[in-house]
Amino acid sequence: MSDLLTKPWPWYVAGPLIGLMVPLLLILGNKSFGMSASLRHICAACIPTKTKYFQYDWKKELWNLVLVAGIIFGGILGGIVFKNPNPVQISAATVADLTNLGITNYSGLGPAEIFNFGILTTLKGFLVIVVGGFLVGFGTRYCGGCTSGHAITGMSNLQWPSLVATCCFFAGGVIMSWLILPVIMAI
Amino acid sequence: MKNIIYFLVGLIFGFVLVKAEIISWFRIQEMFRFQSFHMYGIIGSALAVATISVFAIKKFKVKTISGEEIKIEPKKFNWGNVYGGIIFGLGWALTGACPGPLYALMGSGMLVIAVVLLSAVVGTYCYGVLKESIPH
Repeated sequence: MSDLLTKPWPWYVAGPLIGLMVPLLLILGNKSFGMSASLRHICAACIPTKTKYFQYDWKKELWNLVLVAGIIFGGILGGIVFKNPNPVQISAATVADLTNLGITNYSGLGPAEIFNFGILTTLKGFLVIVVGGFLVGFGTRYCGGCTSGHAITGMSNLQWPSLVATCCFFAGGVIMSWLILPVIMAI
Repeated sequence: MKNIIYFLVGLIFGFVLVKAEIISWFRIQEMFRFQSFHMYGIIGSALAVATISVFAIKKFKVKTISGEEIKIEPKKFNWGNVYGGIIFGLGWALTGACPGPLYALMGSGMLVIAVVLLSAVVGTYCYGVLKESIPH
């Protein structure tokens, strides 16, 4: 049993479970499965502003923030309590590519040489952590959703704008991974 | 009371995000380099299950547990879907995290992700301020 909780899960277990979030939230209370909305609610709740985009009753969306708090605790359970002791088994081709970019530490969920507080004082760290986070927040709200809201919820409801959005996520991701990341990693 | 249920849904979702390594920067790089089926299998099977579920909910006019009619907001196209989508894609590949995984990563002990999340909140705020003056 504890083996089941510490070992990584295959895609055909995780994918359907995530897909079930959509009907589950609809049946629980007509809620739409979408995570980037939480960023908007955090702004509306924490930043005093007259900006129209944040003028709504965020307390009505409290469920979303509670769910996000649940995700943090799910992260604690999965990443600390039932931590997988082994490194992520990525393909040899990816290891070769990333090693070429200068990544050497494959023991954690992300490369330890990038994801640490020390790197924040460097240009590389500023670009990955600070600019990267900014792009995620700005982009998902500009786009009206992220992977959960567009790629899963929107597309499952056969919304073509969500298909367009998802294709653009991948276009941006490929441009970053193939063209820009090598430049940043070389800094 | 209801919030306890949403908390539990989030808990399960967060646990799955960690166990399937969706929150791993390495897995996201592998996906954008088309070097493994893993992430495509997850998104594809999640989408298949969600699509069948939404179809069934509409077909059998399933109601919420409190008896309400289920309504799913349509997504109306605007050019933000394109511009914002590309911007988000750039950030996704750079940080290895979309919004859901950001929270799970923080829980898993990668504390510097709090800075990524804070930047994402600042990005969201800037979008809110600039919304009327950028093309949609």
